[in-house]
Amino acid sequence: MQRHLTITPSPHVRDRASTKNIMQEVCLALAPAGIASVILFGAAALKLICFSVLTCVLTEYLYQLITGHKSTVGDWSAVVTGLMLAYNLPATAPWWIPVVGGVIAILLVKQMFGGIGSNFMNPALTARAVLFISWGGLVASYPNTVYCGGVDTISSATPLALMAADPSQVKFMDLLLGNVPGILGETCKIALLLGGAYLIIRQIIDWRIPACFIGTVFVLYLLTSGFNFELAVKEIFAGGLMLGAFFMATDYATCPLSRKGRILMGLGCGIFTFVIRAYANYPEGTSFAILFMNVLTPLIDRYTMPKCFGEVKKHA
Amino acid sequence: MLKKDTFLGAFLNGLIYENPTFTLMLGMCPTLGITTAAMNGVGMGLATTVVLVFSNLFISMLRNIIPDKVRIPSYIVIIASFVTMIDLLMQAFLPSLRAALGTYIQLIVVNCIIFARAESFAAKNPPIQAIGDGLGMGLGFTWAITLLSCIRELIGSGSIFGFRLMPEAYQPMAIMNQVPGGFITLGILLILVNMIKAAIGRHNQARKEELA
Repeated sequence: MQRHLTITPSPHVRDRASTKNIMQEVCLALAPAGIASVILFGAAALKLICFSVLTCVLTEYLYQLITGHKSTVGDWSAVVTGLMLAYNLPATAPWWIPVVGGVIAILLVKQMFGGIGSNFMNPALTARAVLFISWGGLVASYPNTVYCGGVDTISSATPLALMAADPSQVKFMDLLLGNVPGILGETCKIALLLGGAYLIIRQIIDWRIPACFIGTVFVLYLLTSGFNFELAVKEIFAGGLMLGAFFMATDYATCPLSRKGRILMGLGCGIFTFVIRAYANYPEGTSFAILFMNVLTPLIDRYTMPKCFGEVKKHA
Repeated sequence: MLKKDTFLGAFLNGLIYENPTFTLMLGMCPTLGITTAAMNGVGMGLATTVVLVFSNLFISMLRNIIPDKVRIPSYIVIIASFVTMIDLLMQAFLPSLRAALGTYIQLIVVNCIIFARAESFAAKNPPIQAIGDGLGMGLGFTWAITLLSCIRELIGSGSIFGFRLMPEAYQPMAIMNQVPGGFITLGILLILVNMIKAAIGRHNQARKEELA
């Protein structure tokens, strides 16, 4: 393990950062989007976030209690998973959706593969994918915000769906503030940008992944729409792209270790998001794109591991 | 450990100790493909058992006649004959089950349990033991995939053998009816089986030490 994690030549400086510190900072960075979701979608959002976080923490605690493993509840990683899972749900989801999702995320995806750092896919996103496939009607609905029709109205067309018809239907300010139909955490782009910027400035995440991810989607839309600048800008501000790029694709356990690898990760996520959005049946492709690149991460790591200066390339 | 060279030993070996699904991990294609309803599991398992018993019997009887170089084609001819019989019989008498299992019935021809038993057991053992092995392996496969399909049907459709067991409010988890659900269920069952095996192993070890 240690051998695989050391990818730069020595000397190394020991940093004060610990899993707990980092996870707490990620929670802090996720907070604006959570507050925005409660403002936009009302108490239903708060209820889902509470259920999701509680289930994740409790599942982790109970699993480690039963199996006699050392408890890792104190490192806040389950809280982060819970928050991200809740942010991926629509405000109309019943209470048991985050509960089932939390158990899947922590038990099936994280603990059964060896706990923190050993999962090969992002737990929250995998849980979301399982929920999405299992209860499509409940999870893949995109309710309006309280300010445009109210949460209870039957799901309406997302900005992505509207833009596919005519990009001028969607107002840029609405996209930025989050006053559009969508899942909890994805709509308010200002909150997400704030959190993302915080993580990048604090050097918790590598700027290369979100930059390449969002940049790739932007460039691909620009190229395929005949340099329609308005459409390309709105596309990157719509859907779950920002949430995925800053918070999901940068998950430590499931993204490549080297800089080159992270650029590839961002590129791949961007290409697949674009392909799914533009050509596939699903309305949004961010989560499946990230999951796909999660699975490719070991391969990327294998080919992009930096070589020590002067080291002779081994012939396999 | 039971000796494999008796009828009963060969039978129990397939049924439990070397269960094709949980130990040998053979025949994964039907295991994941058709186990969405309990009835499918029983039907597929029994159809495979019949083919397995007869192919084992005939391969065992012909084991000294079949030249080594053409044994695989010879096995295929024998297995395919029985699969065709089963397929036609099911079309005639169990048309709805045949429709549910679809092409998986024809695919029994290339089921690796049958090949593995032909190659590793029937070709080396006399007919009686070969029948025991075929029965054990076939029924071992049947109970394993029936268990798997019961779990998947219960969670994915809220019923077992078509009887609704879950309350009205239960909303079926559709992923269990798809291949990912099969992988997840099989994975969890394998964890449980390995845990039981490890516990039995520890128990036997402790008893051995006590005796010594």
